[in-house]
Amino acid sequence: MTELVSTTPGLYPLPDWAKQDLSDLKGHQKHDLISGDEGTDIVNAYDRGREEVVSEQVDAGLDRIVEGQLRWDDMLAHPLTVHENVETGGIVRYYDNNNFYRDPQVRGDLTFSGDVAAELETTANHLGDESLQAVLPGPYSLSDLATDEHYGDDAAFLDAIGEFLAGEVEAFPEHETLFLLEPSLVFSPPEEDIDARVPEAISAVADATDANVVVHTYWGALEEKVYAHLMDADVDALGFDFVAGDRDQTLYNINEYGTKNDIALGLVDGQNTLVEDPETVRERVEWTLDRVQSQTFDTAYVTTNTELFYLPENRAMEKLAAVAAAAETETEVKA
Amino acid sequence: MSRNATNREQFRPATHENEHFLLTTVVGSYPKPKWLNRATDLASDPDSKFTDEHLHEAHDDACRAIVDEHERAGLDTVVDGEMRRNEMVEYFAHRIPGYEFNGPVKVWGHNYFDKPSVVGEVEYDEPWLVDEFEFTRNAASRPVKVPITGPYTLASWSFNEQYDSEEALAYALADLVNEEIEQLVEAGATYIQIDEPALATTPDDHAIVGECLERIVAGVPDEVRIGLHVCYGDYSRIYPELNDYPIDEFDVELCNGGYEQIDVFTDPEFEPDLALGVVDVHTAEVESVEEIKANIKQGLKVVPPEKLTVSPDCGVKLLPREVAYEKMKNMVTAAREIEAELDAGEIDLTAPVPKAD
Repeated sequence: MTELVSTTPGLYPLPDWAKQDLSDLKGHQKHDLISGDEGTDIVNAYDRGREEVVSEQVDAGLDRIVEGQLRWDDMLAHPLTVHENVETGGIVRYYDNNNFYRDPQVRGDLTFSGDVAAELETTANHLGDESLQAVLPGPYSLSDLATDEHYGDDAAFLDAIGEFLAGEVEAFPEHETLFLLEPSLVFSPPEEDIDARVPEAISAVADATDANVVVHTYWGALEEKVYAHLMDADVDALGFDFVAGDRDQTLYNINEYGTKNDIALGLVDGQNTLVEDPETVRERVEWTLDRVQSQTFDTAYVTTNTELFYLPENRAMEKLAAVAAAAETETEVKA
Repeated sequence: MSRNATNREQFRPATHENEHFLLTTVVGSYPKPKWLNRATDLASDPDSKFTDEHLHEAHDDACRAIVDEHERAGLDTVVDGEMRRNEMVEYFAHRIPGYEFNGPVKVWGHNYFDKPSVVGEVEYDEPWLVDEFEFTRNAASRPVKVPITGPYTLASWSFNEQYDSEEALAYALADLVNEEIEQLVEAGATYIQIDEPALATTPDDHAIVGECLERIVAGVPDEVRIGLHVCYGDYSRIYPELNDYPIDEFDVELCNGGYEQIDVFTDPEFEPDLALGVVDVHTAEVESVEEIKANIKQGLKVVPPEKLTVSPDCGVKLLPREVAYEKMKNMVTAAREIEAELDAGEIDLTAPVPKAD
């Protein structure tokens, strides 16, 4: 019997008022983006926005509440772009999207930052009994989004990013779940020189917390070999994109190599304004679990496939309700 | 197959002094006058007495000013600088039944785009650009080019809630673009440019763009010049396939990359006319006439002079207005000087041209 847990992979759109206010406070140019030492007015605007997206999630009935990462101007590259030993270069395309971020150029040791921990502390203060979920880029995706000007080779850079993220996680307040987003594993799979190190770097981050750790992938299916390596990572669940992805390949990987005791199902489209009915999402859950023949799961996380910032605010909030309701229709489903 | 591009002669001004004729044009957008931005703000301020009619008048004034500026720069074909358009997808989506708007989405930092959703069958209702074209033509003494955002880009940069695929949506939109061109041609338009920036980021979809173009040009008379503009990208991924596009002219952004990719187009033979970007729109430094002449010669590696059009790399709306003007002016001067040198037999069209850095 599988428990369904409704959640999201974070990176919410700013509320529309905050888009306007912060654009006025910060400006539109590259050097106006978040630096980690923003002034009081900006901090206050983000605090207000954070409180809003937290209460939206609570009201929607999600089982895991995320911080929303409204400050992450550079999307998943954020933990580096605010780091003191990282310089930001030109504006580069964010995967295949019509979105751009500042290229983080790592020029010194990736020492402890505490930036994300501080965000999560504030979030935890807004919560009552609800369960906090932390969200970070996985070490492979973060290294893939960045430029190394310090560590010298891909393996050393990946390891350093893994250690850096582990240090950040150690400072997190109590959290029930940690989502590590790893779209790069699909989008630009690791070369042979580092593919076996990827699960080690992920395990290093996962070992820094007692929470359940989910490595979530999206924008397609993992290559078979990447999947096989990923199974070596010491985590509780792998997450898959069943919206945009090649479902047959994903199911093949899961059935052929097995998967973790828990699973995350990206079943709601984070990049289209069409809002799915909870019944449709629920059918997708059952369809997917039916196709994993050899395994039953303790927990299946029901989530959007991608981050939510691609959507206008109104539709993103409606998606939350769809995800939450889909997991609630019954508390348990027979896998 | 490329269309028969002999329709360029109609754009040769009666006063043109050289025998050779390099058609000079612009891609479309131009910096808006500061007072137009103020007028736009006022019109959206409920406390202001400024009405939509006032804004319409401000658009008319801006259009006249920019057309006049293009003519003073000496361009052979002019546009209104897209003074009435806020953004290249939103403007059209507001005019197409089937679209709805839900609010801004992030592009980068605090730059947002009101990305629309297709929630029903897209339909053709009122003409999109005929009024704009007629006003510009009356304001201009030179032929007017009409830039239209292409269906592939309109589809790619929208949320698709209705159609089975982005491809199906693109084809439905292509049929609407065809209807719009029919209206524009009826109103007297002779030069249409389809803008497909989205193809630069997803070049594997070149066949979809090809099918869109087939639909777009269906029934369009040969004397109407059809151009296609695709911004900076890896052109080798759409060449030589673009030789099969039913267009008269292909407009490229190569100055920005120092013509590193120019050789892509030399083999096999380039079939449509080449509209070559010869000034960079990402730098506020005004290129000298000599520099632009060297850039124009890059185009002569690909096509003979009678198939070469010169334009800026892309829309110039992000440049300071005086810089945009100086770039246009130097571009026209450079084209006229190259024509004169060609007339005098001073340019050897068989000699290799060094790459500009």
